[in-house]
Amino acid sequence: MSKIINRQEFADLLRDDLSIMVGGFLGVGTPESLIDAVIESGIKDITLICNDTGFPDKGVGKWITKKIVKKAITSHIGTNPESGNQLNSGETLFDLTPQGTLAEQIRAAGAGLGGILTPTGIGTIAAEGKEIIKIKEKEYILEEALSADMAFIKAVKADKKGNLVYIKAARNFNPIMAFAADIVVAEVDEIVEAGEIDPDNVVTPSVLVDYIVLGVK
Amino acid sequence: MNPKAKIAARVAKEFESGDVVNLGIGLPTLVADFIPQGIEVVFQSENGILGLGPSPEEGQEDPLITNAGAQPVTILPGGCYFDSATSFMLIRGGHVDVTVLGALQVDEKGNLANWMIPGKMVPGMGGAMDLVTGAKRVIIAMQHCTKSGGSKILEECTLPLTAQGEVDLIVTECAVMKVTNKGLLVLEISQDITKEELQSQTGAKLIFTEELKIMEEAI
Repeated sequence: MSKIINRQEFADLLRDDLSIMVGGFLGVGTPESLIDAVIESGIKDITLICNDTGFPDKGVGKWITKKIVKKAITSHIGTNPESGNQLNSGETLFDLTPQGTLAEQIRAAGAGLGGILTPTGIGTIAAEGKEIIKIKEKEYILEEALSADMAFIKAVKADKKGNLVYIKAARNFNPIMAFAADIVVAEVDEIVEAGEIDPDNVVTPSVLVDYIVLGVK
Repeated sequence: MNPKAKIAARVAKEFESGDVVNLGIGLPTLVADFIPQGIEVVFQSENGILGLGPSPEEGQEDPLITNAGAQPVTILPGGCYFDSATSFMLIRGGHVDVTVLGALQVDEKGNLANWMIPGKMVPGMGGAMDLVTGAKRVIIAMQHCTKSGGSKILEECTLPLTAQGEVDLIVTECAVMKVTNKGLLVLEISQDITKEELQSQTGAKLIFTEELKIMEEAI
């Protein structure tokens, strides 16, 4: 069965109340076509897991602007004034998490681990309500693994099996999110035949990718 | 030299060749412009770059090569890209030698507050909590006082903390101060200010080293 789907087939996968991981870092390495297709589909009440909330007109920031996110688990909202407004009004919940903790919670879920122990956030409000565990006299916060219903990731190229390669600083959260969701959809700029990507250069193994969508340039 | 450039130039003197350095957004980013001749450091960026180069010339920007503040950057020969988990393995794992960050408040115990003002500004901590916890050395680069003249250097931070007891050195346009278990030790003072003036602009008790130097002579 082909993994390549069009935007309509992608829209058919969606429903309200999904938890969705989205790759990218301030709009770099972000699956913009999938983000737009989600808006067109009309779904709402998304629990968003993303490094940041982008900009009002770029990246997942567009979902914030459209008010289709009920909760965002993210490390930074400062580049999107609309996020700040919705945080202050209480319209959207923001669970602000240190970036390295967020990355490692996602990695842990994808690696079959229950959580991680991190020194980041000890003595700060990031530790509030969380279990503190001492190992060799040093304190760590127990942070639970973080998975999602779906992950939308961006790669520069896929082969028809779903092997992915990334370029430049557009890699960021994409490879770890590919491990951590039930359904993984990769938006790519180019789709090639299996065998055309040198196996040494594959970053995300094909078995992790459920669907491939060719992005709109 | 304007205050920000002076701070950046002084911070840049803290590096040794081979240091892996992560610069925060804003004033700390300026530090890259003042690295002394003959010192080679490797700049790291949270979004997954080791070996950042100077800003690209106008028209040469690559939208996929940016720093953690989304500004266009370049990558030097020998640089590399990696994912976010790897980036924070570098940061949290102690593989970053120095991080330079700005601050809203810093106190005599080395506590830092730089990520939110409750009810006013909540941008989120981004990678700052991990950087301050994981980097071997934490340098705060900031103007000595707030725009309204209030002290940013306190006995105890009142804003929500970024990390507890992790700050090593504070560099302002007025002084270079080391966090010690006895309090803030002034290593260098600007030629523009007296010891008494410095103390009056600082919300924590300062200790002056016997070998106090003039800050401008170190730049």
